[in-house]
Amino acid sequence: MINQDEGRQTLADEIKASSGINFNACLHCKTCANGCPFLEGMDYAPNAVIRLIQFGMEEEALKCSTIWVCVGCNTCSSCCPMAIDIPAVMDGLRHKALEKGVKIAEPDVLNFHTEVLNTVKKYGRTHKLEIMMRYKLKKMDFFSDMGVGLKMLKKRKLDLTPSKVQDKKAIEKIFKGK
Amino acid sequence: MKKFSKANENSRQSGRLTFSFFPGCSLKASGHENTMSLLKFCDSVNIELKELEDWNCCGSSSAHSVDQNVAKKLPMRNISLAPKGIPLLIACPSCLIRIKSMYLKIKKDKILKQEYENLWGLPFDEDLEIIPFFEIFNRIHLEDYIDHPKEKLKKLKVAPYYGCMLSMPPDLRFEKSYFGIMEQTLSKLGADIISFGYGARCCGTYLSVAKPQIAQKVVNEIVLKAMEAGAECLVTACSMCHLNLEIRCSLENPIPVLHFSELLSMALGAEDQKKWFPRHIVDPVPLLKKRGLLTQTFFASNTKL
Repeated sequence: MINQDEGRQTLADEIKASSGINFNACLHCKTCANGCPFLEGMDYAPNAVIRLIQFGMEEEALKCSTIWVCVGCNTCSSCCPMAIDIPAVMDGLRHKALEKGVKIAEPDVLNFHTEVLNTVKKYGRTHKLEIMMRYKLKKMDFFSDMGVGLKMLKKRKLDLTPSKVQDKKAIEKIFKGK
Repeated sequence: MKKFSKANENSRQSGRLTFSFFPGCSLKASGHENTMSLLKFCDSVNIELKELEDWNCCGSSSAHSVDQNVAKKLPMRNISLAPKGIPLLIACPSCLIRIKSMYLKIKKDKILKQEYENLWGLPFDEDLEIIPFFEIFNRIHLEDYIDHPKEKLKKLKVAPYYGCMLSMPPDLRFEKSYFGIMEQTLSKLGADIISFGYGARCCGTYLSVAKPQIAQKVVNEIVLKAMEAGAECLVTACSMCHLNLEIRCSLENPIPVLHFSELLSMALGAEDQKKWFPRHIVDPVPLLKKRGLLTQTFFASNTKL
């Protein structure tokens, strides 16, 4: 058992409060790490991120690339013998990282999420073409991956006009509150 | 053409199933061939789909990643729109997890339920049934709608690909599992099922945009393993998987990727493939032609693809 400083709310407590996850349940059996399709793109394996939280190493946990590379495919949580919702841990850490304003390890991923939510805010649904264009614009990168974009347009996989929700007020209500 | 006995015809009439239908953004805006063939299939097996009126995005991967408030309320609104007494069929596996997971959370949590009711001014529907596309196969008897099912797919060697759709977060762990449903169904229709080790490997979803090199590696591995196992095509049941397997594959001669709904509709005698296949990046027509799976109508009205 890791002794945590008394009286000080640790990262583990905060994430536990938001996700309901008990970090002491993790056995470090590495089932999550061995099954993860994206392990190579991560700096810490998923169970290692849990270890960072257990050790109270907040800065390392919030600044790691793993929390942004994880797409939440649930491969890990499906086979976790302790049924730990690992993608929910990643969610909690991402929120914390944004809240604390630490340096984001994978700005491209955050940029993508922001553009997706921008189109949802505008139309109530995602609009792939606009997401891609704005994503590229923010990155100031128009030429990498051009071929894929053109192929998608040619095969009509990117609708030119967005599909929209009629009840704009309802969408405003969703984005207004907290 | 399909032939039905009188008795069969009667049971078909009375057994019409109605679902409200949540397509999700991927099907609605980029996977048109998936939507068209899915609607066609449902129509052929006497299922009526009523699109959920004015539905919104479920929040996708982005909302729960960066905005908890929006991640909570987007699925909530969709739940509030679902008509009472009709199961809500969610075609996209990822939307299903977002919406069903939120539904179960509200059901368990009184404070959340109150918030829901205040927000939408409606009582929470405790009995709403939220089902995936695969559930259809538990509710209909496919063979009732098809003569000589075993002859339909002519031993086409298919590698069913589920991606992450069978993986569930802990709160959905004890929900019904649909493992093997594509294998069972396609083999009933006469396809040869190819097992390969990568059928449940995630396709990379949005990493395809934000980290293309990671997505490409994962996708190439999946397609290559299916090819090595002897598959002539991959079959997906998710529009997002389909898109990624096509756009991120950089192998030289990749096998085509078909939507599960396309193969189902074809087996049931659909003849509007010419609207679906031009939207594929890897053209499935040469393979299907070789296998004799395309009807005369396809060639007659389709001089050039």
